[in-house]
Order: sequence, then C-alpha cells, then structure tokens
Amino acid sequence: MLTAEDKKLVQQVWEKVSGHQEDVGAETLERMFAAYPSTKTYFPHFDLHHGSDQIRGHGKKVVAALGTAVKNLDNLSQALSELSNLHAYNLRVDPVNFKLLAQCLQVVLAVHLGKDYTPQIHSAVDKFMSAVASVLAEKYR
Amino acid sequence: MVNWTAEEKQLITSTWGKVNVTDCGAEALARLLIVYPWTQRFFASFGNLSSPTAVIGNPMVRAHGKKVLTSFGEAVKNLDNIKKCFAQLSKLHCDKLHVDPENFRLLGDILIIVLASNFRKDFTPACQAAWQKMVRVVAHALAHEYH
Repeated sequence: MLTAEDKKLVQQVWEKVSGHQEDVGAETLERMFAAYPSTKTYFPHFDLHHGSDQIRGHGKKVVAALGTAVKNLDNLSQALSELSNLHAYNLRVDPVNFKLLAQCLQVVLAVHLGKDYTPQIHSAVDKFMSAVASVLAEKYR
Repeated sequence: MVNWTAEEKQLITSTWGKVNVTDCGAEALARLLIVYPWTQRFFASFGNLSSPTAVIGNPMVRAHGKKVLTSFGEAVKNLDNIKKCFAQLSKLHCDKLHVDPENFRLLGDILIIVLASNFRKDFTPACQAAWQKMVRVVAHALAHEYH
C-alpha cells in the first residue's frame, strides 16, 4: 500500500518529468517494444519505427493517464475507472504487460534522473505502478 | 543454446567493461531488499535491514552484493555457455539456499535500473534490450537445476 511518504515521492518525481512528458512516454514505449517484442502484438496498426508520430502520440496519452493517477493517489480506482473499463472490455491487454511497461518507465526515469533515482523513489514508483496495474486489471473478470 | 547476435554480445560486454562490480552489486542488492522487502527473508543473519538507510549502509549487504555481481560477471565471460557455467550455483540455490527463482527475475530487473541510473543516455534502448535478455537468460540458468 502506498504510504504518505511514497505518495510524496511519486509526486516529486512526476514534477521532475513534467515538461518532458512526451519524451518520457515515447521513450518508454520504444524501450518496451525493443526489450519485449511480444508487446508489439497489441500495435499491429502502428508504425513502430524510432520517432514515429504514433508512438509519440500514444506515449503522450499513456503518460497523461499516469499523471492523472499521480494527482489522485488517494482514489486511484475512481480516477482510472474509465481506463479500467477500456482495458477490460476493449483493449484486453494481458496484465503481465503492465509490469513490462512499468519496468521500461522506471528505466527511463532512472536514465533521466541518474543518482536522483534513489532506492526510496524507485520503491515508491514501483509500488505506484503496481497499484495502477491492479486498478487497470480490476474489471477483467 | 542461447542465440546472441554480435550486436547483443557487443552491447553486453562493453557495458560490463564500465561496471564497478563492488558498487553496482551493493546497490542492486540493496535496492532488491528495499523495493521488495520480502526478499529480506533470505538474509535474516545480515543484521539491521530496518530502513532504506540501514540497508544501504549495511556492510554485509555490500559484501554480498559484490559477490552476487561478481558471479554475474562469469556469465558475461561465458555468454555461449551460461547454463553450464551456472549449473553448480543453480543446485546451490535450490538445495541449500531454497531461493524461489522469481527472486532472480526481480534482481535482474533491479540490476537493469541500476545500470540505467549509472549510464544514463548511454544505456540506450538497444542496450537495455540486450540486458533484459541477459538477465532473463541468467535467471533461467539459475533455475535450470531446480527439482
């Protein structure tokens, strides 16, 4: 469960990347497609080349949604309810992939923040992404 | 037999060449114990692990982290033979240490984040992809002799 300290740290980190959100999103997806090729199966309709507009656009969407989550850490389930429906009934992305995305987001944050990506922040972000994944998979069955 | 492309081998060995095994090992193990506190179950004899600061400063964590990463280095030197290279270690982790192989995957992912925070832009997507494969192969090899 996210402690008050975790929430503070997640908000701090998010502040540090505000302004680079589109880059963070695009890079996260690019890394995910490179490291975990099976994730590409959800995007047969996308141009997956480096710098593709579709990747940038989708990355921006994903990061914006995470931003919403960061602003609503006390009621994730409610704040992400629509997204939760979308994933359960339309997208039906297998939940193992949430962990893969989370790993790549953490790598991007670590690349971006270097030493500032402390173990405490790493822990808080890992817990946050885990909580988001839970909410997204909530209505699957 | 794992199929490594020439590029993957190059990315893995060149990154490894820049790794400070002592510091990186200590950091990876510390983060494992902090981010996934249940992994502390294997380290009851390590003394104070009660806070992130305690874990990071714990000399036994540092020493053990170095030991673990030094072993990892053996895999880097034997990319075409990792299963064989780790057969004994695998038996040890199963028969004596009783470590759930899931922990190898957790540590592998943490190592990647440590590499990312140290090498930053140099830890390119291609580099990460090669390393995600590497940690997956190592975890698999360590689990291979389990019964």
